Amino acid sequence: MGKRVAMTGNDAAAEAMRQIDPDVVAAYPITPQTELMHKFAEYVADGKVSTEFVLVESEHSAMSATVGASTAGARAMTATSSQGLALMFEILHIASGLRLPIVMPMVNRALSAPLNIHCDHSDSMSCRDTGWLQLYAENTQEVYDNILMAVRIAEHPEVLLPVMICYDGFIISHTMEAVEILDDETAKRFVGEYQPKLQLLDVERPVTVGALYLPDHYFEAKVQQARAHQTAFTVIQEIAQEFTKLCGRSYDYFESYRMEDAERAIIVLGSAAGTAKEVVDRLRSAGERVGLIKLRVFRPFPHHELAKALGRTRAVAVLDRSIAFGSIGGPVYLEVRSALLDQRERVLVLNYVYGLGGRDIFCEDIGSVYEDLRRVIEMGSTETETIYLGVRQEKLEQPVHIEV
Amino acid sequence: MSGLREYMAQEERITGGHRACTGCLPMVSLKQALMNIKDPVVVGIATGCMEVVSTIYPYTAWNVPLIHNAFENAAATVSGVEAAYNALRRKGKIAKKIKLVAFGGDGGTYDIGLQSLSGAMERGHNMLYICYNNEGYMNTGIQRSSATTMGAWTSTSPDGAVKLGKQQLQKNLTEIMIAHDLPYAAQADIGHWKDYMKKVEKAAAIDGPTFINVLSPCTLGWKFPAEDGMSIAQMAAETCIWPLYEAEHGYRKLTYKPREKKPVREWLKMQGRFRHLFRTEHEPMIEELQRQVDRRWDLLLRLCGETP
Ligand SMILES: Cc1ncc(C[n+]2csc(CCOP(=O)(O)OP(=O)(O)O)c2C)c(N)n1
Ligand code: SF4
Ligand SMILES: [Mg+2]
Repeated sequence: MGKRVAMTGNDAAAEAMRQIDPDVVAAYPITPQTELMHKFAEYVADGKVSTEFVLVESEHSAMSATVGASTAGARAMTATSSQGLALMFEILHIASGLRLPIVMPMVNRALSAPLNIHCDHSDSMSCRDTGWLQLYAENTQEVYDNILMAVRIAEHPEVLLPVMICYDGFIISHTMEAVEILDDETAKRFVGEYQPKLQLLDVERPVTVGALYLPDHYFEAKVQQARAHQTAFTVIQEIAQEFTKLCGRSYDYFESYRMEDAERAIIVLGSAAGTAKEVVDRLRSAGERVGLIKLRVFRPFPHHELAKALGRTRAVAVLDRSIAFGSIGGPVYLEVRSALLDQRERVLVLNYVYGLGGRDIFCEDIGSVYEDLRRVIEMGSTETETIYLGVRQEKLEQPVHIEV
Repeated sequence: MSGLREYMAQEERITGGHRACTGCLPMVSLKQALMNIKDPVVVGIATGCMEVVSTIYPYTAWNVPLIHNAFENAAATVSGVEAAYNALRRKGKIAKKIKLVAFGGDGGTYDIGLQSLSGAMERGHNMLYICYNNEGYMNTGIQRSSATTMGAWTSTSPDGAVKLGKQQLQKNLTEIMIAHDLPYAAQADIGHWKDYMKKVEKAAAIDGPTFINVLSPCTLGWKFPAEDGMSIAQMAAETCIWPLYEAEHGYRKLTYKPREKKPVREWLKMQGRFRHLFRTEHEPMIEELQRQVDRRWDLLLRLCGETP
């Protein structure tokens, strides 16, 4: 059936796109997304896909063209990172507001300023309220799997929302790993033929898309969109189950790693979950009751399921790879803390920010977090201040500009 | 090209009942353009007066498929529609020949949407882009754009104690588009409607990127009585502040040469937005504008192979 190959995250994304064979792909280069589009460009050049490949002059136009194509009844994709996503921001809202099932690999990279091309989640997190669904991947395999599933989720007639497949720049996008690829026929059958609901090109039945909604209609349109996010909850699970039948790999809103009887847990998304699992294994073999939750679905956010999974713990640490400036904690922390607010037994929640601009996170860092969790359980209370994991205290006074 | 009677008999692609001002000529520019395209059309439109007055949910004035995405991206959006059209046609899912048209105001074309337009034209998408130029951001309350005539009053270039209306000369967008080496680019005004119709027909017949810039007076922003719009549009060509010409791959040709070039003040005095310029102490501004018009007209004549 499938085959196991060594691939980078970007190549795996391109491979998924080759199998999907979208009608239209719009592209604009940005590190670390570039190699994905290089690979896809080869597929176009070699006739391995039948895609109309539109090499636009900006990400703003990439998203605009994707919106145009999707409205016209095409299966349409693009991909980006960081500044590119920021430039798309305006049109991200339009894509979701027009209920277009666009699928977009989003290779996480820090936002300027200061300029930095390495991984953190500031880009996708700052778009968390654009109405897009967001899936995060721990490794190359999940990048591939998530992209295939995303097409089905997005195009589900009761969802019709765009999906961002987020994966860590360089750490996943440029790292070779073994990936199991479905054979073309299985993948294509799973993804299926696109049956567009909206068909602008049907000149017999003209439709006006993107109309002006005054206060007597706008609110309802937005609530419909919010409801579609709720529907997506169910659909995400249905599609995952169908996918499992094909390849045996199972997917959920999040992965609970050694959470049985855990009293301390870490919550993280993306590649850092791999490092954290290593630490959990070590601590478990030393008899410590620790576990890990790796979030896969950030939008819609699985509040109830997470509260259930964490309800028995005594303290959890949320590891954010971005800052929600001026807030009490990072974006993931805010969600998790809200999710746990209604628990009868109070769960202590700590917030850590780590890995900004590609700063590595090590097993020792994660070990120190489990250590902190033990301390707060003993004390019975937490400080709400965010802890910056791996930041160099001595550099916090460094000047912002280069003074010559 | 059809005669007036045939036009009147056509089914309207943009119907009445929209909320444009009485005497709004940009709306006429849109309507008449669509009347001169034989094939079925699919239209993209930028945010602006024309979109806002014609698509108030749950009503629409559009009898043809329409997509409005945002302000600065009509060309990019239609690029995507065209890519979809090509893909679906290739796969046998669409059989009909369809003409793709994009409309943008001067703000959405000269300014914020210039990059999107330039990109789409360079990539060679098969679309006709029409800029309905009413010389300002009318939808947001008559602010200056780079298309606004020098000296004009707008909400952001008022006639104050030290500054007299818009300080800069109009950007020459038509020439920028000609520089894209388009198979067809033209400048028209809605007053010379036959000339405009011919240009639309010519542009729409080309499989490739084409562009028309049509001067379309706005009664509210230019401050003139609703019934004067057509004569104001015509006078722009008579004074040569807005010459009517076309270019095929850069070869320019005048499509209308006034028998006698009228002074630009004839055009200015028809519009309330220039009223302040007629106070005696401000006469030099009109003279300056005249010099600039003369200079540009002279250059255009040479480019068209005419004797200045
Ligand atoms: C990114 C963005 N900036 C600003 C606006 C506000 N805006 C909407 S329409 C418009 C003016 C449109 O001017 P023009 O393109 O000349 O069309 P007109 O209204 O004159 O027909 C502006 C500034 C917007 N919608 N989007
Ligand atoms: S403000 Fe001007 S462009 Fe807008 S509808 Fe009125 S006349 Fe037309
Ligand atoms: Mg305007």
